[in-house]
Amino acid sequence: MKMLEIYIFVLAAFTGFMVISRVPPLLHTPLMAATNAISGISLVGSIIMAGAQHSRMATWLGFIAVIAATTNIVGGFLIVDRMLKMFQRTTGKGKAEDGRRQAEDGKRITGAAT
Amino acid sequence: MRTAFIQLAYLAASVLFILGLRSLTKPDKARRGMQFAAAGMLFAIVGTLVNHEILNYWWIAGGMVIGALLGYPLGMWVPMTAMPQRIAMALTFSALAATLVGIAEYYTALTSFAGLGRAKMAALGFEVLLGSITVGGTIVAAGKLQEVITSKPVTFKFQNVANGALFAFTLGLFAYLVIQPESPTVFYTMIGLAFLFGILLVIPIGGADMPVVVALLNSYSGLAACATGFAIDNVVLIIAGALDGASGFILSILMSKAMNRSFANVLFGAFGSQSMNTETRRAGELQVRPISVEDAAIQLAYAQLVIVVPGYGLAVAQAQHAVRELAELVEKRGGEVKYAIHPVAGRMPGHMNVLLAEANIPYDKLYDMDEINSEFERTDVVLVIGANDVVNPAARTDKSSPIYGMPILDADKARTVIVMKRSMAAGFAGIENELFYDPKTSMLFGDAKSSLTSLIGEMKSV
Repeated sequence: MKMLEIYIFVLAAFTGFMVISRVPPLLHTPLMAATNAISGISLVGSIIMAGAQHSRMATWLGFIAVIAATTNIVGGFLIVDRMLKMFQRTTGKGKAEDGRRQAEDGKRITGAAT
Repeated sequence: MRTAFIQLAYLAASVLFILGLRSLTKPDKARRGMQFAAAGMLFAIVGTLVNHEILNYWWIAGGMVIGALLGYPLGMWVPMTAMPQRIAMALTFSALAATLVGIAEYYTALTSFAGLGRAKMAALGFEVLLGSITVGGTIVAAGKLQEVITSKPVTFKFQNVANGALFAFTLGLFAYLVIQPESPTVFYTMIGLAFLFGILLVIPIGGADMPVVVALLNSYSGLAACATGFAIDNVVLIIAGALDGASGFILSILMSKAMNRSFANVLFGAFGSQSMNTETRRAGELQVRPISVEDAAIQLAYAQLVIVVPGYGLAVAQAQHAVRELAELVEKRGGEVKYAIHPVAGRMPGHMNVLLAEANIPYDKLYDMDEINSEFERTDVVLVIGANDVVNPAARTDKSSPIYGMPILDADKARTVIVMKRSMAAGFAGIENELFYDPKTSMLFGDAKSSLTSLIGEMKSV
């Protein structure tokens, strides 16, 4: 089982590198907030620990961990949404202006993505 | 049946997380993508709740309610200017959750029938080691960013040796634990020392190097979550942790490259303190040219292309909305305004972008350094607001400068430069900025926000 898990880790890390290296600097802050929100998945471990009734100590620790992880999930996803809402394009003023800007952007964004 | 449901939920969560992060390549799709990721998180949580190991739901429910009550204001009401410390704090929580679960797992395994195997010990060890270091480090980072702790580097003699020794010792304890898992004193000591090490690691780092450190700590907290996954055999934790770890790692490398300093140099170089040794050359002989608001307004009013270079000072002055107003005035007169964002401007990767986006500046006007450097030559006015080192030409030419080699914005290639600064005090690197003494540069002294407001007033009457 551990060996299989190592395979999964390696594949996930590769996927992570591929996906994230294509995020433009424009969105680096939302990226940090997003990965932080996603790491709130440790709530899954905390929930089990808080509910399995292994011992007083374990339940307490699990309880605090649940609080910490939930704070991150709720806060994290809210912040990411808030940030991403703010990024807006210029609304076109003149057709020619718009066309030129879009062409510029097309080059920029595909340039940034490679 | 239950297991199948749980596994499917975890699978859905993993896929949605990856898709969510992938959607961050373009701002338009990003919001929807992250909402899907949030749904994935929900699936994972619901899936976990039906895990047969859970006997009592009260603690879980209580914890989640408290967490939601804490998380909501932290998510909705923290202003964008406080984003760096908010993120640092969030990292503390996530590392804390991983560490606590690790401790609880260890404690439970010790007193259990099956005992504690070596493989599990190794996973738990990584988990609490990375977790504790991150908790210590992020607390200091958040403190420095919030300026509750001094943002200057705190150094003492033999610091690197001492830190190195502490770390080696802690690793030694870890090795011991893997051989002899059932040694609680060693385990708890290791955690304490790791926590201390985390604090000592971040204390010597100065404010402007924070982007690298926060990214690195982001990576560690992800790896801690990943290790948790190995310890409790939970695959979605491994995947999410790997994604988080990869992200932080990539960002910290990008930041280091953008400052043209090696990783090791940022972490162990105590950058700020070295600058004390650099001579402050020429400062006494050369003059700066102050400019009045009226003259600056005229220059801006008749400019065809204006490039704004924002820096941390803009965030401090909370002047981002004023910048937008000024830009709109320039545009109304037929000029074009672009924003040049240096990769390490601000205190966090992407800090300036978020700040300007909050002021409703359309993101297609925000340009990365590589995109915009060629445009400075045809720029009429460069407006440098609260930025310093990122436009210092010494980085290109002066081998003795601490910032030598760092890629900079070519502001000095423009026709005129207006620098908005509170005073002639040195920036983070503690060195003189040659750009300020250039004949085509004028200094507009004063707080950025009030200067901008006056400029706006003047421009309306030009």
